[in-house]
Amino acid sequence: MDFASFFSKNLPYLLAGISVGGQYALIAIGYTMVYGILRLINFAHGDIFMVAGLLMIYSTTVFPLWVSIPLTIVVTVILGMMVEKVAYKPLRSAPRMSVMISAIGVSYLLQNLALYVTGGLAKPYPAIPGISATVTIGPATTKWVTIITPFLTLLLVVLLMQLINHTKIGMAMRAVANDFETSRLMGIQVDAVISMTFIIGSFLAAVGSLLYFSNYPSVVPTSGAMPGLKAFVAAVFGGIGSIPGAVIGAFIIGISENIIKGAGWTTFSDAFTFALLIVVLLVKPTGLFGEGAKDKV
Amino acid sequence: MNKDKMINGIISAILLALLFGLVVLLDHTLPTTGIAMTVLQKCCIYSLVAVSMNLLNGFTGLFSLGQAGFMLLGAYTYGILTIPVDARPSVYQYFDGGIVQFSVPFWVGILAAGCVAALFAWLIGLPVLRLKSDYLAIATLGFAEILRAFCQWDKLGGLTNGSNMLRKYPSFNTLLFPFTVSVICIAVIVLLINSSYGRAFKAIRDDEVAAEAMGINLAHHKRMSFCISSFFAGIGGALLAMFQTTVQASAFKTNMTYEILLVVVIGGLGSVTGSIIATFLFYLCSEWWLRFLDSEIMIGAFKVPLLRPGFRKVVFSIVIMVIVLFARKGIMGDREFSVAAVRRWFGKHRSSGSEGKEEKA
Repeated sequence: MDFASFFSKNLPYLLAGISVGGQYALIAIGYTMVYGILRLINFAHGDIFMVAGLLMIYSTTVFPLWVSIPLTIVVTVILGMMVEKVAYKPLRSAPRMSVMISAIGVSYLLQNLALYVTGGLAKPYPAIPGISATVTIGPATTKWVTIITPFLTLLLVVLLMQLINHTKIGMAMRAVANDFETSRLMGIQVDAVISMTFIIGSFLAAVGSLLYFSNYPSVVPTSGAMPGLKAFVAAVFGGIGSIPGAVIGAFIIGISENIIKGAGWTTFSDAFTFALLIVVLLVKPTGLFGEGAKDKV
Repeated sequence: MNKDKMINGIISAILLALLFGLVVLLDHTLPTTGIAMTVLQKCCIYSLVAVSMNLLNGFTGLFSLGQAGFMLLGAYTYGILTIPVDARPSVYQYFDGGIVQFSVPFWVGILAAGCVAALFAWLIGLPVLRLKSDYLAIATLGFAEILRAFCQWDKLGGLTNGSNMLRKYPSFNTLLFPFTVSVICIAVIVLLINSSYGRAFKAIRDDEVAAEAMGINLAHHKRMSFCISSFFAGIGGALLAMFQTTVQASAFKTNMTYEILLVVVIGGLGSVTGSIIATFLFYLCSEWWLRFLDSEIMIGAFKVPLLRPGFRKVVFSIVIMVIVLFARKGIMGDREFSVAAVRRWFGKHRSSGSEGKEEKA
């Protein structure tokens, strides 16, 4: 098979991959920032992403779109902050495993709450004008969201990098990620920095959910689990704590997963992600762009 | 002192015998398909799974999230090996009757389930056990997902029946059977924990560096704990397959592992009896006693608010969060319920003398 025909055959999958990759990237940033600062795999992050999807569904039934989109984002951010205040902050001096168990508990709670609220029915996701319309590129037909996602993702990442590298709160974040105790001694408000991390993470997860669920017909309470885990793998792959790493990792995972689906191996598209995770952990545990870490292996 | 020990042993044996008697009695009085029977059977099975997970997470300090994967292996091994030959064409209808053309007695199937799970644990452990804490957790979780994908792969359909369910294998309809198997397995785990190996596991949990300095071979003991835990998770999976009468890979998701982990945490990481008590409390409440939370109740003309399907699980998750946040040690911490402990307790509180009858297995 020559390249041109391979390309045209795989173009739909490639496009889908780039799009999903961008959506994973937005979730992965939340994982990588929280892990960088708290050394915690925030298992509830995927469920916050799912809740953002449900919030959008419920708010569009009451409000017009221009109210419900900001409302969804604001409520998701508040939820993310509350989870940190209620479930992680009291355990700051506890062993790391306790915090992780707490995160699993929050995930269980959010899923069960979603199950209760939705009554176990799959809720159809509203069409968002502009991004839910279809578009044809060469041999592939797709939705506008596929085209918009990578650009929006890159824009948000560039803004985030500006925030982290050129503002006071960004400098505080870098300091806390580098050395928790010392930065506290230097007078940095560690709790405020952590809250800020969760705000940014939840904001990006909410934007990601708007893009991600526009590609799917409906949201169920377990919708967030798998994208969440994959985004985490992307964060590990790129080097945990590194934002560009997480973004590149997410694009690689999104594209490979869809190429695998295109090759007729759909059963293994999820398994591939985890196989990649295990290989990365064993061969290069610091990931593509991670700094040398002390306690991974 | 020795006499004391003997008395404790005798009382424990009597309690266990009474429990067996009770189980036999329940078998004869409860309707076989009633909710009480089903829930008690489930409790017995999940007790074993919870204790096996506790052996790894609570006693050895290896934070693994692969339990559902090993249960899946156990359930599939049992199903594949024990489906009667004449039932195979109808079960494997899309795969020409499957490639396994023999079947073994159920007890061989159960043992094989454990062995296959342990074998895979050994293989997975080779790379994975070098990782620590949360990286170990996420890697074992990943392996569980990979195993699930393989079980659903249609190229292996002759063996696993692809994404279709396995059925028509021998199952049980008594309480005595899962109870007996669980008691035997848990007894083996308790003996292991109280042996020198068990002390080595606890030493690794408390301080790896110190344990290594004392001459404990870390890699060897971690691998051993991982394999043994998976062996019993595999047996638990086989029992679960028998209990459900059908088995399908799509049911063994990470949520299953999370639920078992939360049960273990509620009981107390590092307490076998804690895990058993928590399992019974958890499943009795969630599947039976608190079922009313899921149905709408009218008191006169007043409709009790909030009660509708799903509310039970919400209440449950909130209770779990409260335990995780405010009672981090769980019900038992790392203590054990035993006759000796109860007698000591009574000795201390002879004047106040309240009752402390609890289940002992």
